[in-house]
Amino acid sequence: MLKIKNLHVKLEEEDKAILKGVDLDVPAGKVHAIMGPNGSGKSTLSYVLSGRDGYEVTDGEVALEGEDILELEPEERAAAGLFLAFQYPVEIPGVGNMTFLRTALNAQRTARGEEELSAADFLKLIREKAASLKIDADMLKRPVNVGFSGGEKKRNEILQMAMLEPKMCILDETDSGLDVDAMRLVADGVNALRDAGRAFLVITHYQRLLDHIEPDVVHIMADGRIVKSGGPELALEVENNGYADILAEVA
Amino acid sequence: MALPQAKLDTTEARLAALSLPESGAWASEARGSALERLKSMGLPGRRDEYWRFTAPDTLNAVDAPEAALFDGDDNPAFCDLDRLCIVFRDGVFDAEASDDLALEGVEVLRLAEATGQDIHWAKDLYGVLEARAHDPVPRPFAALNTAFATDGVVIRATGKVSKPIHLRYLHEKTDSDAILHFVVRVEKDADLTILEGGPAAARFNKCMEVDIADGGAFHHVRLQGRDHERRAVTHLFARLGEASTFKSFTLTANGRLTRNEAFIELTGNDAVAHIAGAAVGDGDFHHDDTVFVTHDAVNCESRQVFKKVLKNGAVGTFQGKILVKAGAQKTDGYQISQSLLLDEDAQFLAKPELEIYADDVACSHGSTSGAIDEEALFYLRSRGVPDADAKDLLVLAFLAEAIEEIEDDDIADDIRDRLEGWLSRHRA
Ligand SMILES: Nc1ncnc2c1ncn2[C@@H]1O[C@H](COP(=O)(O)OP(=O)(O)OP(=O)(O)O)[C@@H](O)[C@H]1O
Ligand SMILES: [Mg+2]
Repeated sequence: MLKIKNLHVKLEEEDKAILKGVDLDVPAGKVHAIMGPNGSGKSTLSYVLSGRDGYEVTDGEVALEGEDILELEPEERAAAGLFLAFQYPVEIPGVGNMTFLRTALNAQRTARGEEELSAADFLKLIREKAASLKIDADMLKRPVNVGFSGGEKKRNEILQMAMLEPKMCILDETDSGLDVDAMRLVADGVNALRDAGRAFLVITHYQRLLDHIEPDVVHIMADGRIVKSGGPELALEVENNGYADILAEVA
Repeated sequence: MALPQAKLDTTEARLAALSLPESGAWASEARGSALERLKSMGLPGRRDEYWRFTAPDTLNAVDAPEAALFDGDDNPAFCDLDRLCIVFRDGVFDAEASDDLALEGVEVLRLAEATGQDIHWAKDLYGVLEARAHDPVPRPFAALNTAFATDGVVIRATGKVSKPIHLRYLHEKTDSDAILHFVVRVEKDADLTILEGGPAAARFNKCMEVDIADGGAFHHVRLQGRDHERRAVTHLFARLGEASTFKSFTLTANGRLTRNEAFIELTGNDAVAHIAGAAVGDGDFHHDDTVFVTHDAVNCESRQVFKKVLKNGAVGTFQGKILVKAGAQKTDGYQISQSLLLDEDAQFLAKPELEIYADDVACSHGSTSGAIDEEALFYLRSRGVPDADAKDLLVLAFLAEAIEEIEDDDIADDIRDRLEGWLSRHRA
């Protein structure tokens, strides 16, 4: 689904390399996790994949279902099936959550040459998805993320993902700031979307999320590279011993 | 104090080209004293404190600068509503095109007719609120209006008026120079809505005096004409009695020069005055809101919400003041003026002021100027919303606080649609 080859990224504004040769292959139907120390480049990777300004790709390739996406605009990547659940979801005063989601969903459908969803069908769909994430009608009416608690913002990200049904879902620390029950809701939301045609890249600091969303592969990122990959046991090792051993071993 | 020579010259030149319209006794007197007021303050100059942001020369000029007609307006505002429509063509009342002025709960008379009769409520208002509004800031164009207004209507609401009164201003001559004056009296517990729309003339000077008795309510929604080259200086003077309500919203899209002045006095306890404006300008566009709200009673609320979206050299200015007089305790005053600059050529100049002489009040004001929020833009795009649509969404979101001041949901929706249309026609 997502193939990253030798990706090098630096900041546009200054000569600072952040990603220094990332290789990653996430096949359809699989869940891959990325762990790694603060500042190792995990969020940068997720932003570069979704097309945010401010970064310059100096080398490497990124393909989504075989198509190079690095030249695409963020909205084109979204329409192609890429989704990022933000580490820090953005508040947008004045734009209603519903209006936002409906505009986004229909824009993606239009871009793919599909029919727009009618207002009634949209309402039915969003009510159903919101209920399963325990997001109430009031939250849907409020401006996007404005005044939402940390956990509410993260659930809202998952609601967007459930509505947009992307093929490649990147979750950047969606578990941070969640209480135990919210974590389970989010994990259930993700698991409900798991299927053979969809892949996940889950960025997290904690093993706990991976108890609920079982990864097929765990990668460790350090200083802008994937330095080690393994099975779910790798996450346990990080949880128990921290990164020191792993980093020493690959150094 | 003697006026500077330049001011004298400008004023004399303008006055030489104007003549006082024929009026009955009381009106002649009102016009005469307005003329004296004008002579003593003189027409504005760039050095005047409240004209530093806006050049008055085209408003001062003897002849109105030409303004091409705009023929793209196939959907004029408010025309689908059930309303009493009063049409002015280049500043002249058009009886044929207007509705019958008879309507339950309200008296409407053409100004010329009213000034020929002894109508005390009109007499007690014409030029009276205007005359109160020159301290501390002179408003010479308003005095000029009272003296030389050639047309207009006087309106007196005595009950809940069943439909809005729509003042429709058509612009058909490229060199028209219109001076219209309106007097509005909202009697005790009466409720009146006035809608205004259209470019009016190449140059338009308008004055509306609104006196709201205890418990009365006045609602006002205005759409200034889309003609790109028109110029306008407008004045809204209001005096609020006890527990009365004043709500005004103005949308300005296009126009070479617009100066909207307001002077609102809360003179009865528990009164509420909200005044809001949304302005969108692309290119040769200068928009000026000069708004003074005076609290002179206890427990009153006022809100000023002004938002401007500017691009491609457009200029927006805001001068706003909340004055709380001694004794106006429990005042709740709010003022916000903000601009969204869509590129680096646009400009916003603001002079927000608070002057408070009472101790138990809650007043706040703020003024900001900024660009589109890049974080929000990326967030929207990352969900699949195309760049241009995402920007439009954010612009509308920016304007939302002003549009929310419109109480009628259908009119608010209509205004949102018009803004969306404007935005889609003015992309990049
Ligand atoms: N726009 C920027 N300007 C300056 N430095 C940046 C910018 N973006 C990222 N960086 C730097 O790049 C490095 C990687 O940051 P990134 O946010 O990708 O880390 P992360 O792995 O997601 O960390 P965390 O676990 O704390 O979320 C950090 O040193 C960060 O300070
Ligand atoms: Mg991060």
